Amino acid sequence: MGEYNRIKRTFEVSDKKRRQSIRGFYLTNEWLKWLFFILSLLILIFISLPVFKMIYSSSPSILLNSFLDPEVTKSILLTLYSALIATLIGFLLGVPLAYLMAKTDFPGKKLVEGLIDLPIVIPHSAAGIALLFIFGRKYLLGRIMNSLGITFLDSLAGIVIAMLFVSVPFLIDSAREGFEKVDPRLENVARTLGATHFQTFVHVSFPLAWRSIIAGMIMMWARGMSEFGAVIIIAYHPMIAPVLVYEKFETYGLNYARPIAVILIIISMTVFVVLRFLLYRKDK
Amino acid sequence: MISIRNLCIELGDFVLRDACLDIEDREYMVIVGPSGSGKTVLLESIAGLYPVKRGEVWLRGCDATVLKPEHRHVSIVYQDYSLFTHISAEKNILFGMRMRGMEKDEMKKSLDKMVDLFNISHLLSRKPSTLSGGEQQKIALARALCVSPDVLLLDEPLSSLDPGTREDIEQELRNLHRELTVTILHVTHNFEEAIALGDRIAVIGGGKIMQVGTPEDIFRRPNSEFVARFAMARNIFYGRVVLSDRGDHMFKTGDSCFLIEKGRKGDRMVIRPEDIMVYPFNDGKNNNGKNCFPGTINRINDKGSTLFVDVDIGIPVTALVTRHACRESGLRTGMRVKISCDPGSLHIFQE
Repeated sequence: MGEYNRIKRTFEVSDKKRRQSIRGFYLTNEWLKWLFFILSLLILIFISLPVFKMIYSSSPSILLNSFLDPEVTKSILLTLYSALIATLIGFLLGVPLAYLMAKTDFPGKKLVEGLIDLPIVIPHSAAGIALLFIFGRKYLLGRIMNSLGITFLDSLAGIVIAMLFVSVPFLIDSAREGFEKVDPRLENVARTLGATHFQTFVHVSFPLAWRSIIAGMIMMWARGMSEFGAVIIIAYHPMIAPVLVYEKFETYGLNYARPIAVILIIISMTVFVVLRFLLYRKDK
Repeated sequence: MISIRNLCIELGDFVLRDACLDIEDREYMVIVGPSGSGKTVLLESIAGLYPVKRGEVWLRGCDATVLKPEHRHVSIVYQDYSLFTHISAEKNILFGMRMRGMEKDEMKKSLDKMVDLFNISHLLSRKPSTLSGGEQQKIALARALCVSPDVLLLDEPLSSLDPGTREDIEQELRNLHRELTVTILHVTHNFEEAIALGDRIAVIGGGKIMQVGTPEDIFRRPNSEFVARFAMARNIFYGRVVLSDRGDHMFKTGDSCFLIEKGRKGDRMVIRPEDIMVYPFNDGKNNNGKNCFPGTINRINDKGSTLFVDVDIGIPVTALVTRHACRESGLRTGMRVKISCDPGSLHIFQE
């Protein structure tokens, strides 16, 4: 959940809202302020140093060569669009669940809450093995889908379900929070003005929760892109970028893995920064 | 006409119990009660927003108990106006008509009517977040009224306004009610607001409708201690009605006896603070008046233009005097005074 909260904050809380949240209470104790400042600096250095060191110590020409390598380009594109497909499936199936969780009470709701967050807390390699037991050729869904011509082992479909499994909680939790924030009185007003429940969802609840849903989709996409453990179990091939980094590292060593890792980091960071900028600009 | 018959709603720990209320067409009815008394729940259940456990809601002569909110032809305006923040003021106003699938010409005509009524042409293109409280209220009222509802439900529409604006909006609501001849059901916790606006008032407390009547009924003739206290009567005494040696009807409370009008029965007596006169003890006036008691001022509670004067006459009574009268009489804490009240102003009821 820590990881979820970290990424969620990156996207959802704008600077304006952050400023509002400290209004009325300021840290005036100088000692405490400095102590917290130093501790904060340590963790920020710990997070940023390995990333920036790796980017800084990579030569641009090697990076460009790696980027032009068809194997690398293909794996990065595969990573991007398989994560996108997983996100779109997550959107279709996750948003209705998020709405139900936010707007209804039912027996076993706590259990469902726990179930939604399950993929976050279990080791991802274990998640991959668990998925194999459902989507493997010999098992329940795998056999049915195989008869329809869809295989999950070593295929795009396998990558997508692995990404979907590990990253969909980010979308559901964020969308749920978005729906919970929609004032029920707005929905009540819409109903009394003549909107059916479905129209209220389409014209009021969904547009008002849209930013949280988008934030959740970005988080899900980013998390899907970075997935390794579950994907490597279910679909080593075709290789997504994190698997390619691992394979280059195992086969040729650090120097061959690094440029691909750097490209992956740059793309991920660019996506994060651009989307955050777009969200922030809209917030203003 | 709206008719609520033995309505029961359960929401977690809160229960609205056996609510009965009839509201005439074109009436301005105010439901008043303290926070958590169930007034908003009652309002929302008329709009069909809660499942009914027991009882019936009748609208326009039809049983609407299980009718969906979108089919009830009622509009609701909440305290914070609840405008849709993601669309412009104009789209907010058009929302209901769009949802009801009205023709464009009809929508335009209705929009123009509202724009004229509320003088809001300059606000139409703006997002709700850029509007002031008063402007938001106009948009919310326009949105609620342009679908021509049978009943307009107002949930604490004045509570977030400053006193000056509140008086203006009160006047606007009165004008609106007169011009549009729409039935209005207005919920508030402010008794003065209820008195100022309501053709009739329903007092609600603890999920139960305690009394329904004209402002004069509620103000002068509360039927329970709860209503009396809510109507700020302040002086509520427990006792019984007795006959004096001369055959006068008296209300005896403690050692004090108050002369009351004949035919009054009950074990509670209410005297409104503004019906009690306070005089300096030796001013020579009204010494032989009825219901005249000597006493001592215990406390003076300054409210600005008026003051509450607590007088001990053997039992504690509170009188309301104007600042001018207080200064003229030189009233101060610890001063010996006389109080008097007219027997006709004493209200007796059985709890």
